[in-house]
Amino acid sequence: MIVYSMSTDVTDLAAVRVGRVREIATAHLGLRGPLIPILHAVQEDLGHIDQADVPVIADVLNLSAAEVHGVVTFYRDFRRAPGGRATVRICQAEACQAVGAEALGEHARRRLGVDFGGSTSDGAVTLDEVFCLGNCALGPAVQVDGRLHGRVTPARLDALLGEVAR
Amino acid sequence: MSGMEAGGAGMGEGKLRVFVPRDSAARSVGADAVAERLVAAGAEVVRTGSRGMLWLEPLVEVETPAGRVGYGPVAPEDVDGLVAAGMLDGQDAGLGGPERPTRRDEMSDSPDGGRVDAASPAIRHGESGVYLGLVEELPWMRRQQRVTFARVGVVDPHSPDDYEANGGLAGLRTALAMSPADVVEEVVTSGLRGRGGAGFPTGIKWRTVLGAEADVKFVCCNADEGDSGTFADRMLIEGDPFTLIEGMTIAAHAVGATEGYVYLRSEYPDAVETLTAAIEAARERGWLGERILGSDLTFDLHVRVGAGAYICGEETSMLESLEGKRGQVRAKPPIPALEGLFGRPTVVNNVLSLASVPAILADGADAYAALGVGRSRGTSVFQLGGNIARGGIVETAFGITLGELIDDLGGGTASGRPARAVQVGGPLGAYLPVEKFDLPMDYEAFAEAGAMLGHGGIVVFDDTVDMAAMARFAFSFCAEESCGKCTPCRVGAVRGVETIDRIRTGQDREKNLVLLEDLCELMTDGSLCAMGGLTPMPVRSAVRHFGEDFTR
Ligand SMILES: Cc1cc2nc3c(=O)[nH]c(=O)nc-3n(C[C@H](O)[C@H](O)[C@H](O)COP(=O)(O)O)c2cc1C
Ligand code: SF4
Ligand code: FES
Repeated sequence: MIVYSMSTDVTDLAAVRVGRVREIATAHLGLRGPLIPILHAVQEDLGHIDQADVPVIADVLNLSAAEVHGVVTFYRDFRRAPGGRATVRICQAEACQAVGAEALGEHARRRLGVDFGGSTSDGAVTLDEVFCLGNCALGPAVQVDGRLHGRVTPARLDALLGEVAR
Repeated sequence: MSGMEAGGAGMGEGKLRVFVPRDSAARSVGADAVAERLVAAGAEVVRTGSRGMLWLEPLVEVETPAGRVGYGPVAPEDVDGLVAAGMLDGQDAGLGGPERPTRRDEMSDSPDGGRVDAASPAIRHGESGVYLGLVEELPWMRRQQRVTFARVGVVDPHSPDDYEANGGLAGLRTALAMSPADVVEEVVTSGLRGRGGAGFPTGIKWRTVLGAEADVKFVCCNADEGDSGTFADRMLIEGDPFTLIEGMTIAAHAVGATEGYVYLRSEYPDAVETLTAAIEAARERGWLGERILGSDLTFDLHVRVGAGAYICGEETSMLESLEGKRGQVRAKPPIPALEGLFGRPTVVNNVLSLASVPAILADGADAYAALGVGRSRGTSVFQLGGNIARGGIVETAFGITLGELIDDLGGGTASGRPARAVQVGGPLGAYLPVEKFDLPMDYEAFAEAGAMLGHGGIVVFDDTVDMAAMARFAFSFCAEESCGKCTPCRVGAVRGVETIDRIRTGQDREKNLVLLEDLCELMTDGSLCAMGGLTPMPVRSAVRHFGEDFTR
C-alpha cells in the first residue's frame, strides 16, 4: 500500500497511482499471459483495480481497454472499489453447509450489519462468501486475510472479528 | 532418510525431533501455536505436511528409535503438560491420567479395521493431549495403501534432501534412462486415469501430445481444485511439492515439453508459497532448468494463481485464464493435447494424476496396475468431509466401498445423528442415500449408479439435511459460476432455481417437477461443457433418492 501524505491533492494521487500501475504492468511483461498476474499485483499493492487502472494496463499490454475490463469483471477476486482493511470470507459450500456454515454466515451478516460482498461502514471489514477453502474435514471454514480457520463456531467467529475489527 | 540420520545425531544429545504439520488445515486449528510452544519448551521442531487424520490435528509426532509416536489433538495449552509428562522422550504422555483411555485403545486393531464407537466422547469433543502410540501402526493408517501420498506428513516439504532421502527422484531417473515413447507406454500400462474428474487415461493423452509436431509444447497442471469437499491437491502440494514437480518433469520428458505451468487457485495461499519455494529449490539443485540431472532434458516450471472462478478448473477455461483472458470454455475439438496453451500441444493433468507418475516409473507400471478393480487401476485419494467424525484423506486401491470409507474409516457422522445423504465427486456429483453405501469406489460402478467419482471428494450429511435445498444450491452454484458461453447452462441454471422454489412452496408441484426434469434433460444434452452438463446430476439424484423432500 502506498501511504499518501495528508497534503497531497487528488490529481497528484491519481498521477502517482497511474505511475505505479504502469510500473507493475511493465515489470510483468516478460511472463507468458501476464494480465492476470498484473491484476493480482495491482490489487495486492493498491487494494483494488480502479477503473482508471484499466487503460494503463491495456496500454502496456497492447490490448483494448474493453478486453482488460472484461477480464477484471470476470473474476471474483478482483475488486473494483476499495475493500475493508480486513477481508473475512466464509465458506458456504456443501461440506461446510453440512456442519452449519449457513447459520455461521447468517451470524456474521447480522453481527457486522453487511451482506456478503459488503464492507462495514468504518471500513474495517469486508465480508464475503467463498465456495470451498480446502478445509472440508474441519468445517465450517473461514479465511481471514488469507489465513485459514477451521471448526469456526459463532463464538470463534466473534473472536476473530474482534481481532480484525479495529 | 537424511532427516532420520540428523535425528539420530540429535538423539545422542538426548533430544528427539518433533514433527508438527504446517498444512493449512492443521494450521487452521492451531498447529502454529503448538509448534511455537514446543520450540519454547526446547524441542527441535520440523514442520511437515499432514498425515490426513484431520480430526487429530494438531497432531504432534515425536521421533523415537521404534518410529514416530503421535499425540493429538494437541492444544497449545497442553504442550507444557505433555512435555512434563515425558512427551519429548516419546513417553505415553496422556493428559487425563491413567484412568483415561488413550486414543490407541479406542482405535484398537479390531477385525473391522479400527472402527471407533461413533459416540466416543473423545472424538466428539476433540479432547486434547491423547497419546496415540506409533502413528504408522494406527489402524486408520494401516488400512490404507499410500502410494501418491507416501511422503505426505512424513517429510519436510521445504527440504529437497528429505525428498531425495525418502525415495524422491527415483521415478525421474528411471524415466530419463528411457525413451519418451517408452515412458508414455509405461504410463498407459499402469492404467492411470485422470484424477481431476473425467477419468481419461493419462498415457493416451500423453501419446497424443508426443505425436504432435510443434515448436514448443507445454505441461499444465490443473491445481484449481474448485470442487467443494476436495482438498487432496492442496495437501499434496503443501506436504510433498517435489512429487508434483517430479511428475511434471517426467511428463515433459515423455511428450517433449520445455515449459510447465501450475494453475493454482488463489484460495490456497499456503500452497502457493510452498510450491513456489519448492520450484526455486528444485532449480537450484538442477532438478529444473537445463540438462536436468545431467540429461538432455530442459524444462522449467512456473506457478500461476487463479482469481476465484470455479469454471477455470475446466481445462480449456484454465488455458484461457493462463493466457490472460476471461475463463470461458473453448469448444472441442481441437483438444488441448493438439492445440492447447497458446495453440500449442499441451498436457493438461490434475495434480494427483501427475503426482502418481513418479511412483509408477519408480516401482513399475505393473505394480501400480496390480492395485484396484476393473478399469479403475491403482490407488485413489478419497477425501472425507462434511459431517463426519474422522474426516481427512484416505489413499486406498479402488474398490473399497463407500460405506467402508464413511463408517469404518470415517467413524460415521460428527453430529452423532444418522447419516442420510452423501455427495460424491464435488458440486456436480450425485447425492447418494445410505442404501448405496455398498457401492465400490470404481469409475464404472459409479457411472452405472448415475453418479461419479470425480476428484474423490465424499461429503456426508446427517438426517437434518433438506435435499430440496441442496438441489436448489446446485442450480444456484451453476448460475453463479457459469462461464456464460452457452444458453442451456447460463439460463437453465437460473430457471432451475426458480422451478425448485416453486416446487418447495407448493406451486403447481406436479407440473413443475416435470418441468424440472425437462430442464435437466436440456442442460445435460445441450451444454457445451460439464458445468451445465452435470449440474443435473446432483439435482436428479436428490429428486430420485430423496423425493419426499420435494413434496412436503
Ligand atoms: C466445471 C469443471 C470444473 C473442473 N474443475 C477441475 C479442477 O478443479 N481440477 C481438475 O484437475 N480438473 C477439473 N476439471 C476437469 C478438467 O477439465 C480436466 O478434465 C482435467 O484437469 C484433466 O486432468 P486429468 O486427466 O489428470 O484428470 C473440471 C471440469 C469441469 C467441467
Ligand atoms: S456449460 Fe456453462 S460453463 Fe460450460 S461452456 Fe456452457 S455456459 Fe460455460
Ligand atoms: S466446503 Fe468449506 S472448506 Fe471445503
